[in-house]
Amino acid sequence: MKTFKKLYILLFFAVLSLQAQQTPAPVQKGDITLTGGVAHIGNGEVIENSLIFITDGKIVGVYDATTTKRPLKGEIIKIDGQHVYPSFIALDTKLGLIEIEAVRATEDQDEIGEYNPHIEAIVAYNAESKVVESMRPNGVLLAQTVPQGGTISGESSVVQLDAWNWEDAAIKRGDGIHLNWPNSFRRGRWWLGEDAGYSPNKEYASNITEIKDFMSQSAAYEAGDSSIKNLPFAAMQGVLDGSQNLYVHVDSEKEILDVLKFKEEMNIDKLVLVGAYRAYKVADEIAKADVPVILARVHSLPEAEDDDYNISFKMAATLVEAGVKVALGNSGEYWEARNTPFYAGQTTAHGLSFEDALQLITKNAAEILGMSDQVGTLENGKDATFFVSTGNALEMKGNNLTHAFINGRSISLESHQTELWKRYMEKYDRTE
Amino acid sequence: MNKKLFFTGWLLFMFCMVSAQEYYPVNDGVKSINTNYTLFKNATLHLSPGKTISNGSLLIKDGKIVSVGKSVDSPKNAVVIDLEGKHVYPSFVEAYSTFGVKTPERSFGGRSPQYEATREGYYWNDHIRAETNALDAFKYDNKAAKDLVEAGFGAVSTHMADGLARGNGILVALNSEGNTAERLLDTRSAQFFSFNKSNLSQQSYPSSVMGSTALIRQVFEDAEWYAGGNVDTRDLSLEALNANMDLPQIFYGEGLYDDLRIASLSKETGVPFIIVGGGDEYKRIGEVKATGASYIIPINFQDAYDVEDPYQADFVSLSQMLEWNQAPTNPAKLDEAGLTFAITSNGLKSPGMLSSMLKKAFKYGLDKETALAALTTIPAQLLGKSEELGTLSPNAWANFLITSGELFEEETILYENWVQGSQNVIKDASIIDIDGSYTLNTGGKSYDMTISKSTERPSVTVKDGETKLGSKVAYNDGWLNVTFTGDADKKEYTRVIAQVSPNTPWSGKAILPDGSETSFNISKKPSTETEEEEKEDDDKEEVAPEVMPLTYPNVAYGYEEKPEAETILFKNATVWTNEEAGILEETDVLVKNGKIAKVGKGLSAGGAKVVDATGKHLTSGIIDEHSHIAAFSINESGQNSSAEVRMKDAVNPDDIDIYRDLAGGVTTIQLLHGSANPIGGQSAVMKLKWGSSIDEMVLDDAKFIKFALGENVKQSNWGSYSRFPQTRMGVQQMFTDYFQRAKEYEAKKNSGEPYRTDYEMETLVEILNADRFITSHSYVQSEINMLMKVAESFDFRINTFTHILEGYKVADKMQEHGVAGSTFSDWWAYKYEVNDAIPYNAAIMWSQGVLTGINSDDAEMSRRLNQEAAKTMKYGGVPEEEAWKFVTLNPAKMLHIDDRTGSIKEGKDADLVLWSTYPMSVSAVAEKTMVEGVVYFDIETDKELKEKVEAKKNKLSTMMLGAKNKGLKTQPAKKNEKQRLDCDTLETLY
Repeated sequence: MKTFKKLYILLFFAVLSLQAQQTPAPVQKGDITLTGGVAHIGNGEVIENSLIFITDGKIVGVYDATTTKRPLKGEIIKIDGQHVYPSFIALDTKLGLIEIEAVRATEDQDEIGEYNPHIEAIVAYNAESKVVESMRPNGVLLAQTVPQGGTISGESSVVQLDAWNWEDAAIKRGDGIHLNWPNSFRRGRWWLGEDAGYSPNKEYASNITEIKDFMSQSAAYEAGDSSIKNLPFAAMQGVLDGSQNLYVHVDSEKEILDVLKFKEEMNIDKLVLVGAYRAYKVADEIAKADVPVILARVHSLPEAEDDDYNISFKMAATLVEAGVKVALGNSGEYWEARNTPFYAGQTTAHGLSFEDALQLITKNAAEILGMSDQVGTLENGKDATFFVSTGNALEMKGNNLTHAFINGRSISLESHQTELWKRYMEKYDRTE
Repeated sequence: MNKKLFFTGWLLFMFCMVSAQEYYPVNDGVKSINTNYTLFKNATLHLSPGKTISNGSLLIKDGKIVSVGKSVDSPKNAVVIDLEGKHVYPSFVEAYSTFGVKTPERSFGGRSPQYEATREGYYWNDHIRAETNALDAFKYDNKAAKDLVEAGFGAVSTHMADGLARGNGILVALNSEGNTAERLLDTRSAQFFSFNKSNLSQQSYPSSVMGSTALIRQVFEDAEWYAGGNVDTRDLSLEALNANMDLPQIFYGEGLYDDLRIASLSKETGVPFIIVGGGDEYKRIGEVKATGASYIIPINFQDAYDVEDPYQADFVSLSQMLEWNQAPTNPAKLDEAGLTFAITSNGLKSPGMLSSMLKKAFKYGLDKETALAALTTIPAQLLGKSEELGTLSPNAWANFLITSGELFEEETILYENWVQGSQNVIKDASIIDIDGSYTLNTGGKSYDMTISKSTERPSVTVKDGETKLGSKVAYNDGWLNVTFTGDADKKEYTRVIAQVSPNTPWSGKAILPDGSETSFNISKKPSTETEEEEKEDDDKEEVAPEVMPLTYPNVAYGYEEKPEAETILFKNATVWTNEEAGILEETDVLVKNGKIAKVGKGLSAGGAKVVDATGKHLTSGIIDEHSHIAAFSINESGQNSSAEVRMKDAVNPDDIDIYRDLAGGVTTIQLLHGSANPIGGQSAVMKLKWGSSIDEMVLDDAKFIKFALGENVKQSNWGSYSRFPQTRMGVQQMFTDYFQRAKEYEAKKNSGEPYRTDYEMETLVEILNADRFITSHSYVQSEINMLMKVAESFDFRINTFTHILEGYKVADKMQEHGVAGSTFSDWWAYKYEVNDAIPYNAAIMWSQGVLTGINSDDAEMSRRLNQEAAKTMKYGGVPEEEAWKFVTLNPAKMLHIDDRTGSIKEGKDADLVLWSTYPMSVSAVAEKTMVEGVVYFDIETDKELKEKVEAKKNKLSTMMLGAKNKGLKTQPAKKNEKQRLDCDTLETLY
């Protein structure tokens, strides 16, 4: 009991005032130097004793202190033996679009309608969500927020998680459009008296035709004079001209192959498979097509009775081995996204090293988002968006943050939750 | 010539049969009473299975058998029918049917659930409809009767298939010539039960299989209490139920686990239910055998899945494929087990499929005599009608089949099915089979003619040399009429018409295209070689099909042999004892007879199998205090209290999630009732012995019950506003009310006065007396405190709060009350009442001396509880050994099983997990998980099992493709969806 008491007393250094959410940190000006940390670059490399320089929100140098001597500049932060990681990036979430699942009034993630490419997640993003701030103490400082539902759900954006409103949150507005691919096998509508099990979807081919038609219509629209604006068609132009990703949410083997063919046929430059449960069966084809994959939540049950119990745990390793670019996703969840580091950690039990696993939630994620010049690794010229942990941040035991920076801004690691923790420990401290 | 005699004049005879009611006035002619006999002679008479008389005679009159035997005195006024070469069998008896009794359409009511009954003067629950008399709804269905008669049935016991108690059925002869006055063999054939609710009422209770089971249990208690004259008011349902107790009691189930549930109801109620099985008894035939019950089983074997499209085939599971392959062995397995069973046509798309299904069962080992008994004497016996039905014996109903040979033989034709002495021609024996190839000569030309299916739907091909001509055939009343074109293109016809006799040549009149008449002759060609080849092919099909071996359990990752306890020595492990010794490095653990025999360094193996655990960690098995896996149903949400229901009644021991849990190091779970109502149901604390029986898994002495508080019980998150309580204030009063009543119930029980056994009250009394313990779903501090205060006012203690996400706010009060807290590591935000849920909860509760655990409430998380425990080190800095106890020793204490499991201590159950590395690492995998010394998961064996799954599926797919290529019917691939159940699951969808 006593050792425990020491622990929480230590934490009382933090501000104890209870408030709804943490105040965003001010813009960082000038220099900061972090010394002695074990730098996990995010590309597989590790510098055991590092020197990291930040200037005006950017990383301006990452060095091996044992071989490179550099004068320390500005604020010096000694982090001897602690671990430095680029921000984990939580992909395929609905963060900020929902606060309390059971309270409909707090939900903004799913608009009605089937073809909604013009629907933008970012405008509903709640920068002051209590859920959003709960990500940061685990090293998740960046996230993709994705609208849900329909055939084309809408447009996602990439946000940094310490913001006043959605405008300063957005570090990439409109990174891509999300398409839910039809299933060739679908669930019976039990409420209509059909068998609740899955059976072949007789409309599968026509579902695909409909999507293709929508794409062709969008392309034709652009070729015209567009004097009468069609919002959905107009919203597809980024996908058609290759400036935006098309995220295709798809799971089964046949469907994945159909998506690859669809990419060819429709001449889509940037297509990303999301979910991709059976991707391991067609890994070579995916690699050949040079299509990246954002996996479903690693902590998922097998979808079929006969599947390996650990199918979701080892999925990443299998695809990486086949040469596919893989990042980990969150299956459209929200509060669970703070476990992103542990999803990566889980893949180490099934064939990946910790540094390989790290790439799945840093470098690869950034590359898929088209932001690798900005985030994803601890490299010169990138945003100073990273954190320091006392231990291995992919392990529950080691994931314990001491510092976190977004564009060099030293952000609060407190949350509604840490404040309640301290508040009640104080209560018991008083009575003891 | 015999045949002619056999079939003449029957219409007249039947006409006489119909008008046999002597006191009815006659206005359409003269009163003609037929007192004639009918004698069937020279037949092979199959009196009953195993009893045959050749050249026997059967004398019938007025719909009954008068005498039967080798030599029967023929009265002078007997019409004689010669059955030379033919066989006579008793007609089949259908013991389970809904013939002529329409099941009511399901009514869909308002939006809000209905909790009250709609009837007055009957049982309080609308689904108990023992007063139903099938006769009231009975309407003789000529079409259905024809189908049944053609399948061989002569009598059916039918009933109203609606409700849990379904009232009495009736026994009807399928005599379509008669009227109901004649057909009605018994107005009370049996009393029927099922687990399915009535379509006539929307009353919510029971909403689950354990609720249905509990209700039936209670109904029999109430019926007895009512019969004892203890009730002042009338209850027509119970009166009827009591009155029907002299009848056979038939309980309809839909599969193996219904069978076992019904059998245990038999034990508890003392009512020897006859079980209508599901046809999957073979999966656990040993357990079915142990029930010793009589069964009525369907033989609705499935068609092969269409696996031609491999992508679609992927959705079909091994267990679905196995079912196709193994289910046809079911009747044979039941017979092998020595069980008494009848075969029903219920469940078949039409009774006409009976014969093909039986043929399939024969191929899969069913003895033909057993089948005959299962269709005749056994159903008659189950219905208590052995004297009247199922045999050819004097005074029995004249219900019999006339066949061309031994019944069930491939070539045998069922000619007639006589019911109550009334003839039904199924296939006219006078039709001569003229299938074959012929030469037709007419108009100076010679044609090749082939006729097929002449006795059913004749078809013909006529060829002029190699040219196939357009042709048509008619074959009626012994006349053959063939029309064909001059050649392939012409639209001019040649017609020939001939009277057919058993032997060719046939000749007659031909009309040529030009209208001229001439003669022709047709002569049969000697049978060709091709036909013989075809025959051989047919014979090949008779080869016994390959049946895949059963596994324990009979799904993917089941074991071919039931795994047994081993003597194992783990060498050089890092041992997490959970005892004072703490974590021991390089230590050995010896497992023997299912127990931990020794813990120490340098232990000698003796005969033990040695497992090198160097660099690995050995821990006690994980215990999930809050689980909803391995269940058919989770919530009995039909009432605000369901203390009477038992989760054990809903256990699914074949759930693949058991295996997945083992792969995550879980050895014990508490299968909890859901949180749909304040007082839930009784838990099933289970050891995860994959492949074992429910009884082997469930720890009957760990007696717990689920309570629940907050949003779910007040139904906040779905549109229901009619059930008390709707607020946390009401929840408190509800508990107070129930416990007060339980106290009063116990007082009455102890007073020596007669009392009505009330299973709900019995359970609550157990709680008051600390014989059963509460695990309560809880979220916010107010309700947590409230429940503790209610318990204290009744002088007992709450055992465990589960979820308990605001436990950290009242940890001091919890510690004082002595209640444990079993929480999530980091769940929140999913509903309003978890707004203040924090991942530091476990650490705070623990710091205040509360017995703390981490649970899953989730099939996915359950297999990673080692990591969830690790989160308590991150959130709040719990020391690692204590964190580990959160998922092992502490839940064992909560479940009062820490005397046998939860730590590594000599003498305790060998519930152990060998981890590849530090067990709370994200990299850790369970390499071996054992329960009581039996290794139920082994990471190496798992790979072999996986390969076997693939190999078996491959083999079965090949077999299914073969079936399709043979032209057998297939069904589209489909995936059995598994519904994940959790606390909030109200409706089970399968």
